[in-house]
Amino acid sequence: MTINDVQTILHGRFICGEEHAEREIHSACGSDMMSDVLAFVKDQAVLLTGLCNPQVIRTAEMIDIYCIVFIRGKKPTEEMVEMAKERDIAIICTDHRMFNACGMLYDNGLRGGKPY
Amino acid sequence: MSDSLKLQYVISDEDFTRAGEASGDVKAKLKMMGVNPEVIRKVSIAMYEGEINMVIHANGGVIDVIITTKDITMILKDKGPGIKDVDLAMQAGYSTASENVRALGFGAGMGLPNMKKYSDEMNIETEIGVGTTVTMKVYF
Repeated sequence: MTINDVQTILHGRFICGEEHAEREIHSACGSDMMSDVLAFVKDQAVLLTGLCNPQVIRTAEMIDIYCIVFIRGKKPTEEMVEMAKERDIAIICTDHRMFNACGMLYDNGLRGGKPY
Repeated sequence: MSDSLKLQYVISDEDFTRAGEASGDVKAKLKMMGVNPEVIRKVSIAMYEGEINMVIHANGGVIDVIITTKDITMILKDKGPGIKDVDLAMQAGYSTASENVRALGFGAGMGLPNMKKYSDEMNIETEIGVGTTVTMKVYF
C-alpha cells in the first residue's frame, strides 16, 4: 500500500508531504504513547496517533517512520508541520477514531509487527 | 585516541518541545558519516529515550557522545533526584512520571527498557539526591 492509499482509505487529507504519496508503506503502528512506538521498529511504517505535539514528529524521525496519521480530526501546529517537512515526513489528518482507522487499514491488507 | 569524535550536548528542561534535538543532531551526523542504518537507529532511539528521561525526571543534564571506529558511547549525566530502585525502573510498564508527562505521550514505563533493548551495553550509576549517569554503548 502507498501513502496515497492510506489517505484514500482513511478519507484523510494531506497536511504536508503529498509529494511522497507514492512511497510504499509496509506496516503500521497505532499509539498515543511514544515509548510504545519506539519499542516497535519497522521499516516503511505509518504511525497513527491521537497525540498531537512535536515529540510525535521526533519519534517518527528516530525510527524512520515517514507517514504520520493524526486521528479524530486532530490538527498539527505549524511548528510540527515545518518539522515534518524538514524530515520528509508526510502528515495526513482523518476524522476517524483510532480503532476504526486501524481497522480500515488492516482490512485493506496492512499489518502491524509481530506480538512481543 | 585521535580517531575518535566527541560531541557534547547540554540538555535543558525548559522547553519540552525541544527534547530530542540532541538525538536528532547525532542521528543526522551519523547519517552523514555513512554509518549503518541499523546502528543509527539503535543509537537514535536509545539516546532519545535517555534525553526525554533527563527532561522529564532530572531537570536536564549533559550528554557526551564518543564515536570511535569500533563503537558509539553515550554518557548521559544529570543532577536529578536519582533512581530509587533501578531493577523496578527497568521493568517494562513501571513509571513514576506525572500525568502531565503522560499527556505528552511519555511515561509508559518503556524508557529504560527501550534504552537497554537498543544498546549493546548499558550501565546505570545513581545516587539519591545526587544524580544519575547512564552509559550506553552501541557496536558497529
